[in-house]
Amino acid sequence: MNAIVRDRLAKVLVYLVLIAAALAVVFPVYYALAGSVMPTRDLTKAPPALVPSGLHPGNFADVFNAVPLGHQYLNSVIVSGIITVAQVVTSLLAAYAFVFLPMKWRGAVFGLFLATLMIPWEAIIIPNYKLIANAHLANTYFALVLPFLASAFGTFMLRQSFLQFPMELRDAARIDGSGHLRFLWRIVVPLARPTIAAIAVYSFLSAWNQYFWPLLVTDKPKMQTLQLGMSQLNNSESADPRLILAGVALSVLPTLLLVVFGQKFIVKGLTSGAVK
Amino acid sequence: MFGRDHGLAWLFLLPSLAVFAVFILYPLVESFVLSTHGSDIFGNSSRYVGFKHFRDLFSDPDFYTVLSTTAMFTVLTVLPGVLGALALVLLMESRIRGIRIFRSAFALPFAFSAASASVIFAVIYNPAVGIANGMLAHVGAKPIGWLTDPDWVLLSVVVVQIWLTLGYNVLVLSAGVAAIPADILEAARLDGATGWRLHLSVVVPLLSPQLFFLTVVSTINSLQAFTAIRVLAPEGGPGGKAMTLVYAIYNRGFENGNSDLGTASAYAIVLLFIVLILTAIQFGVLERKVFYR
Repeated sequence: MNAIVRDRLAKVLVYLVLIAAALAVVFPVYYALAGSVMPTRDLTKAPPALVPSGLHPGNFADVFNAVPLGHQYLNSVIVSGIITVAQVVTSLLAAYAFVFLPMKWRGAVFGLFLATLMIPWEAIIIPNYKLIANAHLANTYFALVLPFLASAFGTFMLRQSFLQFPMELRDAARIDGSGHLRFLWRIVVPLARPTIAAIAVYSFLSAWNQYFWPLLVTDKPKMQTLQLGMSQLNNSESADPRLILAGVALSVLPTLLLVVFGQKFIVKGLTSGAVK
Repeated sequence: MFGRDHGLAWLFLLPSLAVFAVFILYPLVESFVLSTHGSDIFGNSSRYVGFKHFRDLFSDPDFYTVLSTTAMFTVLTVLPGVLGALALVLLMESRIRGIRIFRSAFALPFAFSAASASVIFAVIYNPAVGIANGMLAHVGAKPIGWLTDPDWVLLSVVVVQIWLTLGYNVLVLSAGVAAIPADILEAARLDGATGWRLHLSVVVPLLSPQLFFLTVVSTINSLQAFTAIRVLAPEGGPGGKAMTLVYAIYNRGFENGNSDLGTASAYAIVLLFIVLILTAIQFGVLERKVFYR
């Protein structure tokens, strides 16, 4: 067999493997979106249909009747929004203190921040649950956001970014009479914008995707988040695949748009986690 | 002026420190307290019982089943997840057309939360009307109880976990490949290294920091995987075959009206130590390899 034929063959093989892998990855996405507009018979006949026999947008209306998805959508937006803004603000303040402000025990306090990154949330979730339950905060926004208002990870990323600023800028912070908050807002924030965007994306997606914690601290459907409400569709004995897939499609729409149109940000936000 | 600045640093750190103190440090201490106390039917801790929960745990065969399930789940998700991503990234490096389409395809799962992915797969796995068994029937194979057969349930959950993380692994490794200096690859090619030889003897060793990072991070993520099990295998699935450490915390402490927070806390502390050890290894190695290179 000559080299050219072997090369061609290798290339075809590479394509075949990549196409098979891509199909396997894309199929669940396709099936969720296609299934969300399928009439019941498409999903319950054997074997189930791969392509919708007709468009059935009524599925979406039925989802809103089955669970308070509108409320839950709003809850998720509010909770993730508060967490994102709070994490950016508290991380900016903390990172600014570490880099621009004189302080004692800087190393020790920063070490403490890093140490909190090592604690898996699941391992301390029970005492946190008791804390919230004893404070009678179950089924409130407070329960959903309070533990996540600060981020050692965000602080760490911003500190790294600040440290790359030119030395003169840091000296300017020391002698500038205009005050630290002003300096932070006018000079530091604009310079660190890409890092802030990455942290915001990372915080928002983490908050949006939360499941375990909301499961423990909310049990009233109207106070639950989208992730819980959507998976509730799967729980009942009479789980209807039509409603489940319509619920999933509705719930992933914002993040799917974010991934398709804002891939650059997502990639940066998610890979910035790579140095965690 | 300087004195006021000193106070200012603490003022700026206060919000973060307060959150960490209340929701991480205090709960950390409380975990140890809970794990050494009994609990009443309402889940409130009662009298001090010393290491009773841990003694019970270590003499409970269920605990070892949970540990081995956790180990299996972790190995089955991490190895194929990392090695599969490596294979895909190397294949995409062979200078073929349409790379961007493949890249976008592999990035799609980013849009999905663990909950939404699990729910989709629950529909796919449905024993009667699921498309998975539909396809099996199409080729004349017998249906599989993906989530009801004790032999299959763990694998079915593993597939979802891999699906969720593969794209991220591909992304990190692609970034690693892109960062390899072109002249190194050129030099290797001039030395006669081509195709698989080039990949295995030059590219893979250069990716070792990324591979190491992904292995540790995926391991920690798999150890903390909860949602897929809760959605696809509630109560740990048939025969408890999908009962991992994290799930055991929930199962003993909360699921179906359980409220044995003492035992659940003992499980939590076991998880804590395993993750701490892994993270310490990661910090130790990355400290040298990534931060200060």
